[in-house]
Amino acid sequence: MKFLRDQVDKLKPHFSEGGKLSMLHSSFDALETFLFVPNHTTKNGAHIRDGIDLKRTMFIVVIALIPALLFGMWNLGFQFHKATGVDASLMDNFLIGLIHTLPIILVSYGVGLGIEMAFAQFRGHPVNEGFLVSGLLIPMVMPADVPLWMVGVATAFAVIIGKEVFGGTGMNLLNPALTARMFLYIGYTPKMSGEECWTPIADGVATVDSYSGATTLGNIASASAKSEGWSENLFSWKTSMMDSIIGTVPGSIGETSVVAILIGAVILIAAGIGSWKIMLSTILGGLFMGWIMDIAGNGNAWTEMPAYYHLIIGGFMFGAVFMATDPVSAAQTGRGKWIYGFLIGVLTVLIRVFNPGYPEGIMMAILLMNVFAPLIDYYVVQSNIKTRLKRVKVQ
Amino acid sequence: MENLLNIFVRSIFIDNMIFAYFLGMCSYLAVSKKYKTAAGLGAAVIFVLAITVPLNWLAYNKLLKEGALTWLSPEFANVDLEVLKFIVFIAIVAAFVQLIEMVIEKFSPSLYNSLGIFLPLIAVNCSILGAALFLPTRGYDLAEATTFGLGSGIGWFLAVVSLAAIREKMAYSDVPKPLRGLGITFIIVGLMAFGFMSFQGFKLPF
Repeated sequence: MKFLRDQVDKLKPHFSEGGKLSMLHSSFDALETFLFVPNHTTKNGAHIRDGIDLKRTMFIVVIALIPALLFGMWNLGFQFHKATGVDASLMDNFLIGLIHTLPIILVSYGVGLGIEMAFAQFRGHPVNEGFLVSGLLIPMVMPADVPLWMVGVATAFAVIIGKEVFGGTGMNLLNPALTARMFLYIGYTPKMSGEECWTPIADGVATVDSYSGATTLGNIASASAKSEGWSENLFSWKTSMMDSIIGTVPGSIGETSVVAILIGAVILIAAGIGSWKIMLSTILGGLFMGWIMDIAGNGNAWTEMPAYYHLIIGGFMFGAVFMATDPVSAAQTGRGKWIYGFLIGVLTVLIRVFNPGYPEGIMMAILLMNVFAPLIDYYVVQSNIKTRLKRVKVQ
Repeated sequence: MENLLNIFVRSIFIDNMIFAYFLGMCSYLAVSKKYKTAAGLGAAVIFVLAITVPLNWLAYNKLLKEGALTWLSPEFANVDLEVLKFIVFIAIVAAFVQLIEMVIEKFSPSLYNSLGIFLPLIAVNCSILGAALFLPTRGYDLAEATTFGLGSGIGWFLAVVSLAAIREKMAYSDVPKPLRGLGITFIIVGLMAFGFMSFQGFKLPF
């Protein structure tokens, strides 16, 4: 540690003002801040004394993501071995997952941070920690079999068009991780959905007979298209509801396990980072719309399915906990958060049930509500102003 | 009735004038800096669309379509004036807008002050003419055409006020210099259309 500190100190004069590499100082700052607690202090303006800053916020989110990520890695190996009919140990499962997940994470961080640093250099502002979370969220919403160049292109699109052109961290309109996923979903649909992308099986590897690779969402969507009713057999692998809650089903890397995601949710709420209002209202919205579908349904698999199943299949929980609560692109006002989350839940179920093109609705629902979040905030603020004005007049 | 509801929801969300057809972009981009003005223009678009679309429907079905003039005399069964549709539609829109402007100015100066400046803009708004030009291909009846006009207007209103809210929120964003103003607005609209892609292929149950 001391060696590292000495090296950094030795290099520092070159990067500070007047040094020959001073134009690269924000990249150097980023490296130093990443390695050590910097000794910068605020020099002017209002001082708020608080233990929380952007770096700490982002790290807590990363910590909250870890359970889902580790479980996702293990589950990848588990799915792989289940599909090929091999009995494997916990470590074997985990290693297979690691081999497939690590390159995606590295590409996402490499491309994203590279672009962030380049922008910071040219525009002369410090590198922000914002990408630490997006860079981890992007791999977690990708299918395991996604080609690495696609991850790179999508990350570049999300960081440049989704974030940097708006002025960087904290200014983006849409959630960057979902922008990346949506970009791939529209551009390369066959690689991003269907039956083959969720489990990393190379061509020619023999699979067991019962293997199909389809997700629960995919099964329900195709049953609905044939106007077949709901049955427990539609869970992927013909497993039970319990497997969907624990997460031993095919899906994007981080989205499958409700348990691991809820652990993350507890961390986010306890640390005061993620908004419990948004999480709760998203779940309520999903339940409400699912319940309406149950009542008004016309007898296909989607509408016959009990409402609470919507919460445990697909990426619903992952979206509600980690994506919808993104503090930048979500609604900012208290009442706005309730409306925003509720509409996400409602739209998710609506898209799942009525849009045969997209079996998974949570991604689109969140992106759409990101677009409307400023409008919701505007109306909430205006109505607050109105009620307060009335109060003034009464007195 | 269900059919009308279908057309209504469809024209607001699925076939949104801005995000599905990209019609009416010029005033959409120009008048979306402030929520208040955007809402004024949006309200004017709803109003004008809801009235000119049925008017144009009448013009098309009673004057222009092949055989539309048979209500005058059976001899006109072969008369096809469809070539005139552009000129007739735009004339109806412009005349109607002028008329409304004068009426509002006379009877409600306060409404004129809030809405009046936008009315001339609307005469050249492509979404108004676009909605009229959809009529020949879609074969709506009068009630359906009115619903379609109203729904398209509401969809346009929704699009313009949400863009205005986003642009107001972005007042403090440090956008790169070359992109400031119209450039970033184009990118925002593109990303908004990204969000609206969720409605593409939506199958309404009614």
